[in-house]
Amino acid sequence: MTVQYAMVIDTRLCIGCGDCVVACKTENKVPAGLNRDWIVEATSGKYPELHTEFRSERCNHCSHATCVAMCPTGASHNWRNTNIVLVDANKCTGCKACIAACPYDARLIMHPDGYVDKCTFCHHRVEHGLDPACVSTCPTRCMHFGILNDPGSKVSQLLKSRRYKTLMPGTGNQPNVYYLI
Amino acid sequence: MNRREFIKLSGLLGTGAVAPSIFLSGCSSKPLPGDGLVKKTPTICDMCFWKCAGFVYSENSKPWKVVGNPEDLHSSGRFCTRGTGGIGAYLDRDRLKTPLIRQTDKEGRQSFREASWEEAIKLIAQRMQAIAEKHGPDRLALLHHGTGARHFEHLIRAYGSDSHAEPAFAQCRGPRDVAYKLTFGDILGSPERTDMANSDCIVLIGSHIGENLHNGQVQELSQALDKGASLITVDPRFSVAASKSKYWLPIRPGTDIALLLAWMHVLINEELYDQEFIEAYSTGFDELAEHVQAYPPEWAYLQTGLKPDLIRETAREMASYAPATLVHPGRHTTWYGDDTQRGRAMAILAALLGSWGRKGGFYIQEKVKLPKYPLPHYPEPASESHVVAHKGRFPIAKKTVSQALIEASAGPDAYYKGWIVYGTNLPSSIPGIRPKLKEAAETLELIVVVDTMPAEITGYADVILPECTYLERYDILRNSGARVPSVALRMPAFEPRYDSKPGWWISREIGLALGLEKYYPWKDYSEVLDWQLKAANSSLKEMEKLGVKDFPRKKPLYFTAENPPHFWTPSGKIELYCQQLADAGFDPMPRYTAPMEPPENFYRLNYGRMPAHTFGKTTNNPLLFQLAPENTLWVNPIVAKKWKLQSGSYIRLQNQDGITSNPVRVRVTERTGLDAVFMAHGFGQRSNKMRLTHGAGADDSELMSRLLIDPIMGATGMRGNFVTFVKEQGVG
Amino acid sequence: MLEELLVTPRFNPKVDPLLGIWTWEISVYLFFGGLTAGIIVFAALAALNKKDAVRSFSANSLALWAPIVLSLGMTTLFLDLEHKLFVFRFYTAFVPTSPMSWGAWILMIIYPVTILQILSTLRPGYPLIAGFVDRISIGRWVLDLTSRYQREIAIVAIPSAVALGIYTGILLSAFNARPFWNSGLLGVLFLVSGLSTAAAMVILLAKEKAEKHWYVRMDIGLILVELVVVALLLINLATGSEQHLKALEYLTSLNGYALAFWVFFIGLGLMVPLVVEFRELVKEHRVLALLGPILVLLGGYLLRHITVNLGQETAWQDYRMEHNPQLLERVKLNYKTEN
Ligand SMILES: Nc1nc2c(c(=O)[nH]1)N[C@H]1C(S)=C(S)[C@@H](COP(=O)(O)OP(=O)(O)OC[C@H]3O[C@@H](n4cnc5c(=O)[nH]c(N)nc54)[C@H](O)[C@@H]3O)O[C@H]1N2
Ligand SMILES: Nc1nc2c(c(=O)[nH]1)N[C@H]1C(S)=C(S)[C@@H](COP(=O)(O)OP(=O)(O)OC[C@H]3O[C@@H](n4cnc5c(=O)[nH]c(N)nc54)[C@H](O)[C@@H]3O)O[C@H]1N2
Ligand code: SF4
Ligand code: SF4
Ligand code: SF4
Ligand code: SF4
Ligand code: SF4
Ligand SMILES: [Mo]
Repeated sequence: MTVQYAMVIDTRLCIGCGDCVVACKTENKVPAGLNRDWIVEATSGKYPELHTEFRSERCNHCSHATCVAMCPTGASHNWRNTNIVLVDANKCTGCKACIAACPYDARLIMHPDGYVDKCTFCHHRVEHGLDPACVSTCPTRCMHFGILNDPGSKVSQLLKSRRYKTLMPGTGNQPNVYYLI
Repeated sequence: MNRREFIKLSGLLGTGAVAPSIFLSGCSSKPLPGDGLVKKTPTICDMCFWKCAGFVYSENSKPWKVVGNPEDLHSSGRFCTRGTGGIGAYLDRDRLKTPLIRQTDKEGRQSFREASWEEAIKLIAQRMQAIAEKHGPDRLALLHHGTGARHFEHLIRAYGSDSHAEPAFAQCRGPRDVAYKLTFGDILGSPERTDMANSDCIVLIGSHIGENLHNGQVQELSQALDKGASLITVDPRFSVAASKSKYWLPIRPGTDIALLLAWMHVLINEELYDQEFIEAYSTGFDELAEHVQAYPPEWAYLQTGLKPDLIRETAREMASYAPATLVHPGRHTTWYGDDTQRGRAMAILAALLGSWGRKGGFYIQEKVKLPKYPLPHYPEPASESHVVAHKGRFPIAKKTVSQALIEASAGPDAYYKGWIVYGTNLPSSIPGIRPKLKEAAETLELIVVVDTMPAEITGYADVILPECTYLERYDILRNSGARVPSVALRMPAFEPRYDSKPGWWISREIGLALGLEKYYPWKDYSEVLDWQLKAANSSLKEMEKLGVKDFPRKKPLYFTAENPPHFWTPSGKIELYCQQLADAGFDPMPRYTAPMEPPENFYRLNYGRMPAHTFGKTTNNPLLFQLAPENTLWVNPIVAKKWKLQSGSYIRLQNQDGITSNPVRVRVTERTGLDAVFMAHGFGQRSNKMRLTHGAGADDSELMSRLLIDPIMGATGMRGNFVTFVKEQGVG
Repeated sequence: MLEELLVTPRFNPKVDPLLGIWTWEISVYLFFGGLTAGIIVFAALAALNKKDAVRSFSANSLALWAPIVLSLGMTTLFLDLEHKLFVFRFYTAFVPTSPMSWGAWILMIIYPVTILQILSTLRPGYPLIAGFVDRISIGRWVLDLTSRYQREIAIVAIPSAVALGIYTGILLSAFNARPFWNSGLLGVLFLVSGLSTAAAMVILLAKEKAEKHWYVRMDIGLILVELVVVALLLINLATGSEQHLKALEYLTSLNGYALAFWVFFIGLGLMVPLVVEFRELVKEHRVLALLGPILVLLGGYLLRHITVNLGQETAWQDYRMEHNPQLLERVKLNYKTEN
């Protein structure tokens, strides 16, 4: 893998406003009723001793992407040999093996066409040096995007300087969306 | 990702661009977003009243997206959830499509029929003429909210009336604005002059920034937090802001004044207040110091349920960062009927911290000098609505109290005989008003409703006029007081959909039909904009490219020795002791009155915002509906256990007066306390023409049959209502 | 308490609120796949020891069923595809990490193998058809050739059929993301079950009592093995990760799959036929003779059905939603085209 892209989201600043979700739907013209990203709220404790965490979730563009491994046609592939996982609509049979293979349930079936779709990390923007739509819209600026194998990048710096976690590391998929805690 | 990283990336990719995988990745059959022909048009968001400037994108002449304008101070290039969903307002298939006129068939059944603009305008003009002749033009009132309302204010003033009211006063900012005007002789404006980006300590009293998505506020709070500012949130509910706070004060509802007085007590008795500032700029300190002796933290503990130590500690925390400590003034402040006094207490606290006109506190706003388009003077109106409607009540209110104006429109001998309603869904925005609305509708000789959606209010109209959305029209220039003076332009990104028209066009057509052409010397509103912009040495042409243009400041941003403050109060100073209030027979200094307690088995109805929506204004927006298709009722687990309520089930609420709500989906959560339930405002839409949101969720307004009116300025305190649960069969 | 919920509703079809990408089409496909494997194996085994005339049906006529049954399976598999036009894409790539890719190619081997099997036994099996074929010179040549290499064909057929049988299990067990599937035993279980169902089929089709009995005995053995494998599978879950334990709950809770699994699969699908078939050996009974094998076949399908469905319900994460996702249907209804 030449480039490892990562998204780093600061849960201390995220307010769960869902702007990233709407930004994705408009930027990527996601059909009505379908989602590439979503917001999870986790509240623990007992009133008034409480902690609430908001998480903007999407495909983790896993370094070990089981969806790609399971795809029988090569429709699920890595973009330009990076960790960005894309689906090639004109290779996709809609067999749904990749959906079963994703422990994060990050994939969806494009209706009415029937091929599988998912978060693309907005590679069409990344290609031009732009942040993904969700990142560039987030009003709290709690989302960061960049190259993890570039030690100078903001994302690398943040992971060096802050405590963080990923979702369900137990899956072994090595997710690349990181949450600062 | 910054440019540098990208350069590095293209290096890294190099030839790696062609992946050495055993299959050719091929090109997706779908073209990528933005591959097509992209058009970019400046706009000012109208999804709420923050007026962020941005750009509307279309691809292959299909609506694509709306994004913030990086040059814009209200949004810094990032729209909030609702603004990003703006395209949905244009796409909404339930929009009003043609003018509609009320008709009555021989059986006396009433209904709306489609009409041409000509017919609708003619009918309106005739009725307005009749009202003018029979009763006088000042008997026609405008109920409004939103930027487009200016065109109709212009219309009624040209016609001879200056009677207008908006829910933004008596249902929103009124108490706060009155309180700060009384104290500092100045208002806070919108966007508020809060200097949060530079605050080291922020105190939120209720204001739930986070659910409340006023863009600039959200962004500045986030910046401050990122820099490690100390956040103190006073809220009985574990709000988003509370979850980000260093100190969360889960106060007993309605007892904020007690807390504020105790804080003053500590600041004064421990001499932590800004003595120079108070010395130099304020009057009535001695009275205040004397007044607060009665309110030590130990006393406040009994009222608020907040430990004395916590009260002391937070007071010291505020003082330690002063003057860069912001006591946020809040915005929706119509809570318990003593709201002006609570606002006063907050203003006084800010004064004691010396943060007015100081960095990290409240900066000094500045506007652009925009000359008015030359027009003949308006005729002198025969009456002023706040005098007519208030009937001697609410002495300090200089703006008209909306529900009072509606009362003055109900009944055969009511003062007002006609209404134009622009951009306000009165039945949901003025709690408990439905009966009066019905009464008024029966006697008023004309009700025109100008709206984009078939909202409930349109049901009261004689004539419904479909305005096109903000994405399809020119509007007045934005010129709000800010850190940097700037003007922003809203222009059509798309042709008006269906048979809808811009507000300026509607106003002008009615004006012409009334023979008021001298007030409409222009044909297209863009002429007015161009004239104004040229006068401010820009032009429409330039603004259609830029969207926003900044202008240099004339005065400094903060008070300084060279720039001593001026206060437009009678004394010319900050009035800790308020003579105006004393003269009007009110407490010159805030006094605490205990709130009503919920009866057995009842819970206080708490309400607020949700990020996805602006009241009921966006709940039918196809994009935002997908984010929050209903509101949920937050119930504490212990309460839920007692009533056997489960998350995901539906129940109805019944208030103290036996009024029952729509079924609402339960969310059992620790984030609300034992004495209150919480829901977002804006749901339970009654209009079945709004197919997405109709009947989804419950309407807090209808459960607010008890209003706690603020005697000082007439605000409708909404937090004195209590609800219990009515089990719902078979729903969900 | 920990309250973890989706505050923006998610209703991606077949993914939310519970995964439901695969239904009866896949269960049927897996069932027929296993059955085919069993058919080929038994046909080949019978063909290999010509000496005992007992299994003449399986030796000569059974093979014809393989391509038929398999094609039925392939049809339902095709029906399951969401993007049907692109079905050919299975054969423009081979992805070594993807069981489904393996499966696609294995099937490509199975078909010719079964055709060869049929040809090699056409003359004894279906003299009428063989008669027609023998009229044409190359037809005769082909039949001569294939029947000469009958042994070799059978020897190739067995491993490829076993591969097919195991693959139907691996297809599911390869999904680490779905705890209930993720067990090495699934392959074995599906293979054994496949053989058992094939045996049951022969019991129904074969005419000779002797042959029937041979397969009844065989089937009894297979059912016993199957029971052991099932037991091991359950023990595996019980001693597995937290996700595996959750999966086990589905099998033990009544509003889960307890009834379907214990009563219908274990009970009616394995235990009852086991008893019935034992009895059959001792004392024949016309109705029971049919009942046993039919139950075995039903049980075989049920196993796939339960596994396919239950597996999808077991996941690494299950979020509750603050809002009622059903409400999103309102948008789907009114805004098919726009987002
Ligand atoms: N997303 C979104 N954002 C909006 C709007 C919208 O419609 N949608 N509307 C905009 C408008 S017009 C306005 S005016 C603002 C309103 O936004 P705010 O000014 O923040 O409104 P409040 O009513 O002050 O805030 C409601 C909070 O007060 C808390 N509260 C309830 N009772 C008490 C009490 O007795 N004491 C204290 N201290 N807190 C209490 C509630 O728990 C809730 O968290 O929001 C603006 N922003
Ligand atoms: N129960 C309860 N009542 C409240 C509040 C609360 O929290 N709870 N909040 C109060 C506050 S803070 C405020 S500011 C008020 C807000 O009160 P309102 O401003 O009345 O808010 P909405 O109910 O959203 O009504 C807006 C109306 O304008 C229409 N509209 C939208 N865009 C346009 C347009 O471009 N042109 C025209 N002509 N019409 C348009 C919408 O269709 C809708 O009918 O409500 C107050 N009332
Ligand atoms: S936009 Fe930013 S703040 Fe809002 S939910 Fe998404 S990540 Fe969180
Ligand atoms: S999150 Fe799921 S879809 Fe995304 S790369 Fe990982 S496995 Fe694939
Ligand atoms: S559905 Fe499409 S992308 Fe997913 S595995 Fe099948 S072919 Fe590959
Ligand atoms: S990166 Fe792009 S595709 Fe992925 S969630 Fe964000 S906006 Fe959507
Ligand atoms: S705050 Fe949001 S909704 Fe309001 S104007 Fe700005 S972008 Fe639009
Ligand atoms: Mo408001």
